[in-house]
Amino acid sequence: MKDVKSQASKSAVPGKQGGLNAEIQSRIGHQLRAMYDDVVRQGVPDRFADLIRKLDASEANSQLGATGETKNDGRD
Amino acid sequence: MPLTDSLRDDILASVPSLRAFAISLSGNGDRADDLVQETLLRALANIDSFQPGSNLPAWLFTILRNLFRSDYRKRRREVEDADGSYAKTLKTQPAQNAHLEFEEFRAALEKLPQDQREALILVGASGFSYEDAAAICGCAVGTIKSRVNRARSKLSALLYVDGADDFGPDETVRAVIGGSGG
Repeated sequence: MKDVKSQASKSAVPGKQGGLNAEIQSRIGHQLRAMYDDVVRQGVPDRFADLIRKLDASEANSQLGATGETKNDGRD
Repeated sequence: MPLTDSLRDDILASVPSLRAFAISLSGNGDRADDLVQETLLRALANIDSFQPGSNLPAWLFTILRNLFRSDYRKRRREVEDADGSYAKTLKTQPAQNAHLEFEEFRAALEKLPQDQREALILVGASGFSYEDAAAICGCAVGTIKSRVNRARSKLSALLYVDGADDFGPDETVRAVIGGSGG
């Protein structure tokens, strides 16, 4: 575990030699999540909800013989 | 496992993070949403191979990653986007609250090798464990750890260390401290 030592001594000199001090680490984590969550917050676009619904319906239709349910057929 | 209502809901609930992952991978909203669409189609077509009780997001992320790495380009037009509106949403939304810094971060992320970028995103943003990330990427846990470490070092070098030479250490340290609060 030499790495741990050498990293620790590097991080004592912030901004030099690629040392990853705690502040920079947390800053990177922060920005990474901000970027990611920006998209996550957009939720589920209609496109995908529609897609699943349609596929779901066609799945249901293909199983109609077995279940006998015709709820979605020809309506909605 | 058959597609139950709850499984379908769980798949839908994974869509936002699948999109975030896809955008991080491809760096492009159009490609990303095609990729997500393709992932959903694949997932539903192969839903029988999903093990009940196993990690659904990890399963979906694995499909998305494999698609991104293989032939999704060829297949991306299989289902056309009717009005293209989702793509516009994607492009304008992030820009509204984008700071220069945010753009810089994005650009730096793009510079990482693919392996490192996906490992960092899976662990650092998607919140997967190292074990899940390793399963998604089909590699050893140690490999994921080292990719994440290298990704962080590289980002740090791209974003902060080079900057330190330009602006001097005081500026950098102040920026870092100022930005990490809250």
